[in-house]
Amino acid sequence: MTAGGFQMLLDGAWTTIWISLIAIVCGVPIGFGLSLIRVSRVPVLSQIVVLYVSLGRATPLVTLALFLFVTLPVFGINIDKYTAGVVALTLNTASFNTEVWRSAYLAFPQSQIEAARATGMTRALYFRRIMFPQMWFAALPSLVNEMTLLIKASPAIAVIGVVDLTRVTNRIAAQTYEPLPPILIAGVMYILFIGVLVRLQRHLEKRAERYAP
Amino acid sequence: MTDWEIVLKEWPRLASGFGTTLLLFGISAVGAFLLGALMVGPLRSRSKIVRIALRSYVDGMRMLPFLIFVYLLFYGLPTFGVKLDAWTAGLLGLTVYHCAYVAEILRGAWDQLPVGQTESAQAHGYHGLRLIRRIVLPQLILNTAPVLGNQLIYILKDTSFLMIITVQDLTYAASSIQSMYFVPLEPFLIAMALYWAISLLIEGFVRVVHGTAKERGLGHA
Repeated sequence: MTAGGFQMLLDGAWTTIWISLIAIVCGVPIGFGLSLIRVSRVPVLSQIVVLYVSLGRATPLVTLALFLFVTLPVFGINIDKYTAGVVALTLNTASFNTEVWRSAYLAFPQSQIEAARATGMTRALYFRRIMFPQMWFAALPSLVNEMTLLIKASPAIAVIGVVDLTRVTNRIAAQTYEPLPPILIAGVMYILFIGVLVRLQRHLEKRAERYAP
Repeated sequence: MTDWEIVLKEWPRLASGFGTTLLLFGISAVGAFLLGALMVGPLRSRSKIVRIALRSYVDGMRMLPFLIFVYLLFYGLPTFGVKLDAWTAGLLGLTVYHCAYVAEILRGAWDQLPVGQTESAQAHGYHGLRLIRRIVLPQLILNTAPVLGNQLIYILKDTSFLMIITVQDLTYAASSIQSMYFVPLEPFLIAMALYWAISLLIEGFVRVVHGTAKERGLGHA
């Protein structure tokens, strides 16, 4: 493989990273918001969230990416392949994050809420000062785990023509007629990204255990 | 002709895609499960070499995207003179990849079983495969039903990656109807509904197994 091929791999890796990053940065707060709708049982909206989570969990990213890319323009929403990729990844990861946040909320000890109420804190105040910081600690390992799943699923956006770290190996192979080296190098790069996240997750798990309420 | 009529007329295409998806899912789920169950014992082997070899396989699969693994089988293996067609590469990829996840789920659950239980089973004459089949494995499966169910859903979803290496699965069928007749919405709605239906079936099945587990005082893991 040539230096040009390596440069292409790095470009592909960069595409994978920035698209995944945007999806993570959007997906975590969206999941948080949706989980709040669900746990506070807002009528109608909370049923829609249940439906969205169930459907989002079941739809393959390949199908979702294709669907968004070809269907949205019909409704007058012009969408380029990168936006479609980011939106597909975000919709997918947000549905998983909703469940992570919800279980962090449900696992929160009732006694602390009662104590906070007894000292006269309002709902908004104890949620912000007491619950959220601890929920964040508890949810973080699972959120990082979901990030690794997102990166592993991200090659799906290749189907709408985004040249990510997986797709770029085809391009290189088309020039060199040697498909194996770029695939192996791309594999090692994925293992590096995901390995870092797995380490981070283990570290956060230990920290969460130490501070467990 | 409305868009729905076109899709209705093309239903054999969708049905055959759905059949392919179900077949790939079914065979690889059973294969991954059986191989994964066989691997649990060796994963805890006393021999260091066996342990390290299996550990690196399991960890490797867990850090690699499924599609890259399939690329290795489909585009990479011919370098060594092994040429697989898309179907075989896809099926092999699904089985070998998810087998690692199943093995890891079951191993984690085994570590949580009380040691004394295995010892007392051995005292009653259960050894080797019989011990695993009759005493250990049933508990592992009952204990991990929800996690194994999630893994089944991942296997189902990963079948759709195979259209990228030209397997004509459900997503491929939807996509080809879309591009042939330019009906962008309906084929994908049907495809997503079918994936959803299978996932709901899996979840229902898991709920039944989990209920059985609870009845027997298991399923807390």
